[in-house]
Amino acid sequence: METTKKKLRLVKTNNPSFWTKPLIPVLALVGTFMLTSGLILWAKANPFETYYYFLIAPLGSRVSFLEILVKSTPLMLTGVAVTFAFATGYYNIGAEGQLYAGAIAAAGLGMAMHAVPAILAIPIMIISGFIAGVAWALIPALLKIKLAVDEVVTTLLMNSIMAYIVSALLNGPWRDPNSGWPQSQEISPTAMFFKIVPRSRLNLGFIVALVTVLILWIVMTRTSFGLKMRAVGLGKPAAHFAGINVNKTILIAALISGGIAGIAGVAEVAGIQFHLIGELSPGYGYTGVIIATLGSLNAIGVALASLFFGLLDAGAQTVSRALGVPVYLGEVTQATMLLVTLGMLLLQRYKIRRI
Amino acid sequence: MEVFFINLIAATFRVSTPILLAAIGETFTERAGILNLGIEGIMFFGAFVGFFAADLSGSLWFGLFLAVISGVLSGLLMGLFSVSLGVNQHVSGLGITVLLTGLSLFGFRLQYGGRSTPPSIEPFQQINPFANIPILSTITQQYLLTYITFLVIVPLAGWILYRTRYGLHIRAVGDNPEAVDAAGVNVYAIRYSTLAIGGGLIAAGGAFLSLAQLGAFSHGIVSGRGWVAIAIVIFGNWIPLKVMFGALIFGGTYALQLRLQAMGLKLPIPYETFLALPYVVTIIALVVAGRNASYPAALLKPYRRE
Repeated sequence: METTKKKLRLVKTNNPSFWTKPLIPVLALVGTFMLTSGLILWAKANPFETYYYFLIAPLGSRVSFLEILVKSTPLMLTGVAVTFAFATGYYNIGAEGQLYAGAIAAAGLGMAMHAVPAILAIPIMIISGFIAGVAWALIPALLKIKLAVDEVVTTLLMNSIMAYIVSALLNGPWRDPNSGWPQSQEISPTAMFFKIVPRSRLNLGFIVALVTVLILWIVMTRTSFGLKMRAVGLGKPAAHFAGINVNKTILIAALISGGIAGIAGVAEVAGIQFHLIGELSPGYGYTGVIIATLGSLNAIGVALASLFFGLLDAGAQTVSRALGVPVYLGEVTQATMLLVTLGMLLLQRYKIRRI
Repeated sequence: MEVFFINLIAATFRVSTPILLAAIGETFTERAGILNLGIEGIMFFGAFVGFFAADLSGSLWFGLFLAVISGVLSGLLMGLFSVSLGVNQHVSGLGITVLLTGLSLFGFRLQYGGRSTPPSIEPFQQINPFANIPILSTITQQYLLTYITFLVIVPLAGWILYRTRYGLHIRAVGDNPEAVDAAGVNVYAIRYSTLAIGGGLIAAGGAFLSLAQLGAFSHGIVSGRGWVAIAIVIFGNWIPLKVMFGALIFGGTYALQLRLQAMGLKLPIPYETFLALPYVVTIIALVVAGRNASYPAALLKPYRRE
């Protein structure tokens, strides 16, 4: 990491050493765990034992393995959502708020659909969650393309506003009077996502997430719109010069992004919680940015990254239960992995030379 | 009614302080061409480190000192990615926010997790230079840090940016790093230094929340104030004095909400409306000011000597 030392210089190269590419994930993994072991020692735990519970134990039993898939569901959805936007050069950091917009739609309709059969109720949930996410993403997207207001700031501020809307609903009209916690009443059983595997929490949400990965893959590799997205992402002036309607492309990508983030909210309400709660997402929207980046903004990469992060989330809970290491080890590990990988990826484009 | 407004003005200065500190810090880094989205995490980390260190040592000033040090180090970490490695600033900044948020929560859970009551410390006392003058004394009853922020840091930041050679270099690096480099100035050093200054101020803003305003630390202690600071920097057109007015607009709206809640009025709308109002106002202010915003030309662009 010492790139500023006098003797070592980064030299740009077009033909990276053949061994760098497969080595990057491995080195990133090792580097990440070396960096985070300091925290484990602070928690007075044995790093090796901790990593066993963190990374290996969750793979060991049927229940905990399925839990990895459960944990990866919202991450896959927000990862795909962020990828749509980032690939187009639109920095939507509002997936967190858009997720809650979808969750509100899902909870509101879910509570009202007791008379609606599941075959209708479930598609309605998903579609309305998508629309809600689109609606919440529309404001910053329009401000961006009509008034050139920076989307990073507006999407972040919209997250804060959404948190207060959820709080207002849960402390006000939607508060379940029979519950000690601020939460909504349970949604109709017909609106709940069915389980894919009996006696587990794995539900339709995971399949929906996989479908969005597939859609991302098709759009990016098989459609002209995907080509336009990438062209705009690479450079707006050049894309404009090539005859692409830049603003329209950004708007559509931003709205798809918001919509898919909205579905993440639906999946959490209809598949896991069955209520609207304030703590529905521990920052899935932000983790989505990390996943999209680690997945190099491509569908397969995003799917793999979210499965791995699902393992980290499930593993962090195992570690917390077994060894009393705070569950936030997962979050720290995820962020460290992003930063270490960002550093490593650069090594791919540069060679370290002594000059 | 008069009392209401005087209290409102007093509260406005109080709640503006942490956001203003962070916004001035971010002004420095953005002027040199770096958008530090680590701001939210650095504030949170500063609030935690300040609280933790003050609790352990029994000294609030030592807590503040360590918070500032932690902010400087966080700023340098951002520099490693945005300056030395030149990776995407949005992604590396958010990564630092997630990292520092996780670190703070990890430490907080580890140190205070088993307790039944939330831990607290005796916070900074307010001072009052004009205690004998009626009306005015209500407004001048403030924390020393608030005085320092408004009367020292804001003018000092303006002076550094516009009246010193160093400030000239910062602004030039943010607009045209190639030219500055050609003139023999070390672009990397300037960017690193502004990230260090910025990180220290941002963390001080976070520490103000835990050490002065609350005397406690909690999950929601920062709740988006870092993002607001970023918006305020744009609103203030990267000029410290204007940034200060932006912080006061946000602070005023927030203080209004606090006063209304404190009065216990039965309002027909949920109190969250007032909590969300400052964020809405910030977006509107951004739309109004954004049309004339003159971004530093090299903002977000990594610089690499070939």
